Amino acid sequence: MSREARITLLVLVALVAGAAVAFGAPHVLSDYFVRIILLIALNAILVLALSLSNGFTGVFSLGHVGFIGAGAYISGILSIPVQQKMALLPHLPAFLHAFSLPFLPATLVAGLLTALLAVVVGYPLMRLSGYFVSVATMGFLIIVNVVLINASDFTRGARTFTGVPLETTLPWVMGWLAITLFVLARLVYSPFGRAMKAVRDDTIAASAVGIGVLRTRLIAFVTGAFFSGVGGSLYAHYLGSFSPNTFYFALTMSLITMLVLGGMGSLTGAVVGVVCVSLLSEVLRTVERGFTIGDFAVPALFGASQIVLGFIFILVMIFRPKGIMGDREFTFGLTQGSATVNQTEERKR
Amino acid sequence: MTQLDYILQQIVNAVSLGSLYALVAVGLSIVFGVLKLTNFAHGDVMMVGAFGVALLAGIGVPFPVAVICGIAAAAVTGFLIERIAYRPIRDAPDVARLLTSLAVTYIIENVGILVFTSSPRNFPLPDILNTSWEVSNGAITFTSINLLTIALTFVSLLLLGWFITRTTTGLGMRAAAEDMSAAQLVGLNVNRLIVVAFIVASAYAGLAGILWAAQAGVVQPQMGFTPLLKAFVAAIIGGFGSIAGALVGGYILGALEIFIVAFLPSAVSSYRDAIVFAVLIAFLLVRPGGLLQPNREIKL
Repeated sequence: MSREARITLLVLVALVAGAAVAFGAPHVLSDYFVRIILLIALNAILVLALSLSNGFTGVFSLGHVGFIGAGAYISGILSIPVQQKMALLPHLPAFLHAFSLPFLPATLVAGLLTALLAVVVGYPLMRLSGYFVSVATMGFLIIVNVVLINASDFTRGARTFTGVPLETTLPWVMGWLAITLFVLARLVYSPFGRAMKAVRDDTIAASAVGIGVLRTRLIAFVTGAFFSGVGGSLYAHYLGSFSPNTFYFALTMSLITMLVLGGMGSLTGAVVGVVCVSLLSEVLRTVERGFTIGDFAVPALFGASQIVLGFIFILVMIFRPKGIMGDREFTFGLTQGSATVNQTEERKR
Repeated sequence: MTQLDYILQQIVNAVSLGSLYALVAVGLSIVFGVLKLTNFAHGDVMMVGAFGVALLAGIGVPFPVAVICGIAAAAVTGFLIERIAYRPIRDAPDVARLLTSLAVTYIIENVGILVFTSSPRNFPLPDILNTSWEVSNGAITFTSINLLTIALTFVSLLLLGWFITRTTTGLGMRAAAEDMSAAQLVGLNVNRLIVVAFIVASAYAGLAGILWAAQAGVVQPQMGFTPLLKAFVAAIIGGFGSIAGALVGGYILGALEIFIVAFLPSAVSSYRDAIVFAVLIAFLLVRPGGLLQPNREIKL
């Protein structure tokens, strides 16, 4: 079998397996496990969106959660049913009162508007590098939070934003995850993907061979923001009600932990990180509610799961800074993976 | 109340707030100067200092003794953070260390919530510090703690200035900030200098945290995060890594915040923090070295 045929087969198998999980799981598993799978897939979309700039292009953004929040609120405002909109958001501009969009168009609009926001934000910020871009994007996250709290005509301010129809089901999330993975894999393992990694590894050398550093960074940033906006919309339609602080430092920290733990230069690594951290925090959350072993009662320790995750993050930073996967991919030996990247890594050492 | 009195009152408020920002920013700059590390956990060291005082004064320890113990607790916390979390990753890239300090913040705040819950507690301030003073028939008011904040900031920064220009250890810290490997080559014990830098910075954080809590009247496990972010902006405005810069930036930021609220319509002033962080981004883009070029004056 030729290499192309094997890759096609692998993609088909993955798609069939994904579809089987998406449509089969709700019939086989309990609601609790379906919810965990859904959250894993949802977080995978968010972390993959983050990996594009943070992992592959070397622009470590701390502001993607701002895009997720923007996507959630935009999609929420668009899709609250018309009758409820009058009651919940009485001061909206009239044209927004007149209609409400179904789930898919609302999600697409949220993604596109978020991408537009990323163009505006990224055009100046992508000139910064290393440490400065992290700080500046963190400033962006704080600005988004302040705006969400104060633009109360649109967002109900610090009060809970509610009334978003609960339409995020497992097939929707798995479908969007498949699209995200497909687009990102095509992007990352293409000539443009090589340009991204070149910009990450050596900015000066990259621009010397004719790669537009600003353009490359901006495309990675905006594409990531689009999927962040989409993920935000899925999140909004999953939660139904949320507030500006849902999309702030706590979410940033947990997404970054997933990305760093999985490995920043690998798409499958990002997914591995999401699965590990999600399962671990689910276990820890059960433990922190308190339990008894025989006569010995462990009291409820709320917040303990975050402490453990924080320690794991620091341990990864100390002992395995490249994460579980580093920049390798799970390919079942069917493709060359990132062999060339590994060679350059070897040479560096 | 006349227009002039109103303006004078706002200036008093601005100097008081600016002193607090300057105190926090100085600590951040000391650590950044030596290690090139943005220490987000600095805000939590503030929290430790304030909680130490609240707990000790709550069980009847005299207030001045409680303050000294609180500052000591903050210094010890800073020492431990450096030892456990930052030393093993000293050679890692800047971003990795930034993230590690965020993780440390996350851990300390959650431990605080676990032990003390996230609801605010009363900060027991002696009455003598709570008296308010009135000038020009009550048009301008301030409390003793405002005065004390300004005075303590002044004294402690003079002390710091003496320390980094007149003592061997202080000079060594500046040498390490200038060029770590050259400092090592001429025989300075860089590890020790970094530890000293952390202890000094954390003691300043402890003092700032106590003053912050005294002005707010309450302590809370996440109380350090907002002042930390603001002080960070102040340090960048002034020139990150420079002590004089932290001072200048702190007062500029204090004035900016107070004047936004005092003189702009509420539709704009509710976006105060957004304006502050927009200023941060503008500085990063246009003048990343801050107002004072850090390589032209005493750098730490």
